[in-house]
Amino acid sequence: MLETTVPLYDDLLPGGAHWSFVMRKDHVLRLIDETGHANIGMLMYNPENPLERYNMPDTLKNQHTFKLTKGHVLLSDMGRVFASIVRDDLGWHDTVSGTCNAKLVEQRWGKKTYQDAYNHCHRNGFSSFLNELAKYGLGKKDLTANLNWFSKVKTDNGGNMAYVSDHSHAGATVDLRFEMDTIVVLHTCPHPLNTALDYPSNPLRYQFFKAQPVASADPCKISSPEATRAFANTALYHTMQP
Amino acid sequence: MIKKSALNPENAIFRETVPAGEYFLKVVKAGESVRILDLEGNQAADTLFYNAHNPTERYSAVDTIRAQGNVYLTAGSKLMSSENNVMLEITADTCGRHDTLGGACAAESNTTRYALEKKCMHACRDSWLVAVTEHEELGMTKRDITHNINFFMNVPVTAEGGLTFEDGISDAGKYVELKAEMDVLVMISNCPQLNNPCNAYNPTPIEVLVWS
Repeated sequence: MLETTVPLYDDLLPGGAHWSFVMRKDHVLRLIDETGHANIGMLMYNPENPLERYNMPDTLKNQHTFKLTKGHVLLSDMGRVFASIVRDDLGWHDTVSGTCNAKLVEQRWGKKTYQDAYNHCHRNGFSSFLNELAKYGLGKKDLTANLNWFSKVKTDNGGNMAYVSDHSHAGATVDLRFEMDTIVVLHTCPHPLNTALDYPSNPLRYQFFKAQPVASADPCKISSPEATRAFANTALYHTMQP
Repeated sequence: MIKKSALNPENAIFRETVPAGEYFLKVVKAGESVRILDLEGNQAADTLFYNAHNPTERYSAVDTIRAQGNVYLTAGSKLMSSENNVMLEITADTCGRHDTLGGACAAESNTTRYALEKKCMHACRDSWLVAVTEHEELGMTKRDITHNINFFMNVPVTAEGGLTFEDGISDAGKYVELKAEMDVLVMISNCPQLNNPCNAYNPTPIEVLVWS
């Protein structure tokens, strides 16, 4: 899946932080849980028209899945593929639990302001997303259901949700191959259902690679008729681009 | 959970029938109750709620299911906003289960779910886009179209992480009733979908009733 094994870029994002960047088509974003127990909140937008954004319901219902793993594609609300999950070491990532907010963080782990702890303050996912979204002229109206990489929330037959602690481990890796240019907004704040005693602050290592061309029988492209049609929509979108 | 309402339709202060493929837009005040009635059975009512005074605060599917620890909505469910306030509570439900993970149909998602050439078939998101453009006074745009509730729709999640669309569990005369905890703008698309069992391939009218 990778054209070269040496990353174009390699960086470590501390726990309880936020960042954003644009991924270009035909590049891979590698997410590595550096020390274990990471949670990465993520949202996606089309830089050409940010009204096109990651859509949780379309992603799940098109692929008849509640969890996300290798072989799945991440769909926009315009029927196109932002990214394909081409590698996953864990088998389950959450996208239905939303993100933690200031009230939740304070109730569970106590308030720790910048004045209290400088950059070790207790940040929350909601404010972190807004901070990054504002850099692109986006805001509260643009917040949608986010991805929670490295986190698992399962349900029983009655629909009761349960957060699975100890799901991820140091070195666990997810590779996202971008099929469109995409604004990636992310944070390393705790999963909203994590009940760890101390504020979970776990770093993310992330790397950029050039992807190999997508083969006609690419596993994500042919994973379902729905995914194949989403790839067709994405190809149409790029038909008139240089 | 099946729970009947004590409210009598004869005492309702508002009643309106909404044909399939149309939108419904109305402010329901704090303390009022709103009922969505499935007139002919197996009809999906795709519904969004907004703070009537500030539509940036709106229904949040993920905050709602996380707060109650369950992915299905029924009597007793408190519908949470994006600012983590209770917007409404489901006070009666004769259907027993409603979906909030499946989202709405859109012209574009119809292309991926069914066939590329289905793109011109009417869809819920188009009804909402018409609603917000016909009501510029609301100051709402596509940015405000977020993840909705599918009243009367049955989307079971399995313990293994699967998600399926099953035949509706609603029937003629079944209803869901909600009490508003704040002044809310209710925006419904009475689903026009013809390609899946959510409407039994036969979209039909719903009725909306409000009690003070």
